Order: sequence, then structure tokens, then C-alpha cells
Amino acid sequence: MIEIKGLSKKFQSANGEITALRDIDLTINDGEIFGIIGLSGAGKSTLVRCMNLLERPTSGNVFVDGRDLTEMSKKELLATRRNIGMIFQGFNLLEQRNVIGNIMFPMEIAGIPKDRARSRVNELLEIVGLTSRAHSFPSQLSGGQKQRVAIARALATEPKYLLCDEATSALDPTTTEQILELLRKINREQGVTVIIITHEMRVIEQICDRVAVLDKSRIVELGSVSEVFANPQSEMGRELVLPKSSAVPTELSGSALRITFDGRSSFEPVISNMILECRCNINILYADTKDIGGRAVGQMLIQLPEDEKAVVRIKSFLDSRSILYREESV
Amino acid sequence: MNTVFTASFFSGIIGFFTKAFGDGMAVEYLGSLWQTVYITVLGTGISYLVGIPLGVILYGTSKGSIFPNKALNSVLGFIVNIFRSVPFIILLILTMPVAKLIVGTKMGNAAFIVYLSIAAIPFVARMVESSLHEVNLGIIEAAQSIGTGNLKLITKVLIPEAKPSLLTGAAIAFTTILGYTPMTYLIAGGGLGNLAIRYGIYRFDSTIMYISSIMLIIVVQVFQESFMLIARKTDRRLK
Repeated sequence: MIEIKGLSKKFQSANGEITALRDIDLTINDGEIFGIIGLSGAGKSTLVRCMNLLERPTSGNVFVDGRDLTEMSKKELLATRRNIGMIFQGFNLLEQRNVIGNIMFPMEIAGIPKDRARSRVNELLEIVGLTSRAHSFPSQLSGGQKQRVAIARALATEPKYLLCDEATSALDPTTTEQILELLRKINREQGVTVIIITHEMRVIEQICDRVAVLDKSRIVELGSVSEVFANPQSEMGRELVLPKSSAVPTELSGSALRITFDGRSSFEPVISNMILECRCNINILYADTKDIGGRAVGQMLIQLPEDEKAVVRIKSFLDSRSILYREESV
Repeated sequence: MNTVFTASFFSGIIGFFTKAFGDGMAVEYLGSLWQTVYITVLGTGISYLVGIPLGVILYGTSKGSIFPNKALNSVLGFIVNIFRSVPFIILLILTMPVAKLIVGTKMGNAAFIVYLSIAAIPFVARMVESSLHEVNLGIIEAAQSIGTGNLKLITKVLIPEAKPSLLTGAAIAFTTILGYTPMTYLIAGGGLGNLAIRYGIYRFDSTIMYISSIMLIIVVQVFQESFMLIARKTDRRLK
């Protein structure tokens, strides 16, 4: 378990002090895939670097399995880091070493005997599916392959945690999906707790169990991915989850209703029932459905009729089905 | 006409060679060549022996690096800059007591290697420092996230990753150090440059001056190209 308590981080810059993180409290449970999402500059990379103390927090504590990293001696900290793997947006492989050399590296540092390290390398190559490229150098690999090597390297010392700092942001959508699939496999089969930092909602949707939304140095929302996706509470959460208003034709004016389907009602033909029951025409401005953790979660934006009575009927219909909605002006 | 020309051409060539290599001059050339090579190789070697650790300290203590230390960085940087700005010939005279202390004499090739090293260490340190700065910070961060301490970070990450750049730097350092070797003339040392000065300038024998200069060019080319070749062949980023 990783517990962050009252963590703040300030940087000194030429233009004065910058607060990157403010009063962060966060608990990441063993075995989960935890996502941290935010726009660039929100502080998410700093937050993940505080989890292995690559950045030392200005105040607050970071507990990994109950032990406070900020209190550790340098030696203890180096040993603890072997239990927390990390992968990066830029892969950061040793360019003068081949695939095997890169995966061997953490084991050399940890002082694992060479023959044992070699057999672990073979296991890891198998896991990440790169056995055939074992003798290649990073410059000969594609982005996706480089990230696989980085994952194998991060897992070499059998860490309990894996920190992923924008690990898929430099990859194309297909490769991103494959890497995320690999991370999920590692989470399930090796029991590694995965912490993912990203600015892309689709990454969170695809594999995370829980998500924290970071905005302007604070956690503004925290919950299961389906909860946050179905009904985002914070402004930033809504901005990240909900489609941009540019997707909606601008010539329309008046009020609209954003209806959220959280998976319970996916099998009921809600809209056609609503049309029949409320006896009104409905103009659908936008609709989208996604599969999040096996649940069909969707958003629909409908234009409200001019007739106020019809609006009341629509709302009470939705209430009766306990479907979430929010009135918005278009 | 034609035969006269041919004859004078050949006698000219033969004359050139007797002048250039006659009276035991071949031994002079080879001896000087050997002295140039060993002075330069030893000078470069010693400069790197001290210059690498110094360069690593300059790199590591710089702002935002692996063991930042502003005071140490400024002091070392200042000393390095002072040594680099004193002209070699003055540095040579000033450091004569150091040579006397280390090799027991102020004169000759051994003493010259001392002066050469003192002059080249700060230069080499800066070259090493700048090569290390070329290593991607992300790679260093990745190594730190694995739990790599500073010593292993230097020996297993920084230096191996900077190797191609370090080798290219060594080629430049070698040539620069070689450029100082004719100054052995001042302290009764040897070498090709020295030979060129003694015969070419003081005895007006331009043939010997040209030949020794050409030999110097060949030495530079051979070393420069071999360093570059090793740098290219061992750089794994270029495949």
C-alpha cells in the first residue's frame, strides 16, 4: 500500500516559488491499477516522482508498506526503490546496452548473481514478448518495443509497484492499447500494483480501477473509474470526461439535458420509452457509449423541448429510472 | 631536352632524399617520431587519468545534477578556468618546481610530460564534463528509480553512455596536446616539432622541416581517425 499524507511540493524558480502539489492525501491499494489524470502542469509527474522520492516533498509523508520514505537513509531508500519500478514517456533505455543489457542493469545494481539474472531476463523477455529482439539495441527498436524493454527492466527486481509516467503518451493508439494490455496482464498475473499517470482519458478508461483527478496542484476528485466517468463531480473531471462543447453544433440554442448511463440501464431502451411516456419529441445532440471495466457507460446530450410541462415530465421520468442527468445550456 | 629534364628531375629527387635522409637522418626522424608519440600519448593518458575524475566532479556538482554542490563547483570551475587561461609557455615556466618535485628535473621529455599534463588536465576535465552533460537526463532518472547510487551511476551509466562523445573528445584532446610538443625545444626535449624547429628554423633546412611536419600530420591523422573509428564502431545509437 502506498499512502501519501499531507504532501506538498514547492519549487524555486526564477519567478519566485511555484507550488506543484498542495495537501495531497492519497491511498493506493495493493493489486489495483490506479490512474492519476490531469492536464499538463497539474503536478501529476511531480506526484508520481514523490512516490519513489525522485522528488523530495517539501512537506508531508510518503508511506510504502507502512514505511516512511522521507525518513529513510539514502541506502534504505535505494533498496526500497528496487521495490518500486518505474517507466517513462521517453522510455529512457541505456542506449549503449542491448535489450538483455538493459534488463540486466537493475539486477547488476541489486547485486543479483549473473546466472540467476540471466534466467530472470529470459522470463521477462517472455512476459513482454520480446524474446526475438534480445540482442537488439534500443536504436533498432520501435517505440512500443522500447517501452516493453523498459517494462521488463522495471520488473527485473520483482517490484511490488510499477509507476508509469505518461508511459503511452509517445505511442500511437494501437501500440498504446497493446502496452496497456501488457500492463493489465502484469497486474493480474504478477500481482503488481500499477500507478498510471496520464492526460488521456482513454488510458484511464481502458485499464484503471480507480482514478484521481489532479487540477492546479490538488486532487479534485477521486473514485472508481466508472463512478467518475458516469458522474464527474469536479469541473476538471467533467472537462476530461465529457465531450467538448465543440462537438455540439453551435447553431442550437436553449437548454439541454446531459444524461449519463452508468451501465445499470444499458439494456433498457430508455430514450424510446421516454419519448413514448412523455409524449414529446426529443432532439439528440450527442451520444457516446464506452465500455469501462465491463460496464457500458454512456453520455447523451438531448435538447429540451420549449414546452415546460414536457421538461418536467422528462425529468420525472429520468428520476423514476434513477438515471443521472444535468441541465446544461448549449 | 627531354632526357636532360628527366635526368635533372631524378637527380633532384635523389638529392632531396640524400639531404633528407642522409648522414643518419633516418634515425633522427624515427627517434623524433617515437618521442613525439610517447610524449603525446603519456601526456594525454595522464591528463585523462586526472581529467576524468575532475570532469565527473564538475558535472556532478553542477546545479540540478547528481550531487549538486555550488561551492565546490564554483571553486573547481575557477581553478580550471585559471589554468586554461594561462599561456602554455608561461605555465611551463611557473610549474618547473612541480616537475622538479615529480621527475627530479626541470628539463627534458619527462619534465615536459609534467608540464603538458598540468596544462591539459583542466582542458580534458571540461571536455569530459561537457560529454557527460550530453547524457539524457531521463536515463539518469531511470537509473535512479532503479535504486542506483551515485558511484554506480557514474561507472555504469554516465561514462558508458557518454563513451562515443568521450572518445571524440579524446581525439581532439590528443591533437591539441600534440600541438604543444614542439615546445620541448625550450627545455632540451625531443620530438618531430622540435626537429622541425632545430633544422628548419635555426639551420635553414626547410627539407627536414617539411618532412617532420608531414610526419606530424600523419601522426595526427592516424590517431584522430582511430579514435573516431572506435567512437563510431562502438556507438550503439548509430545502427
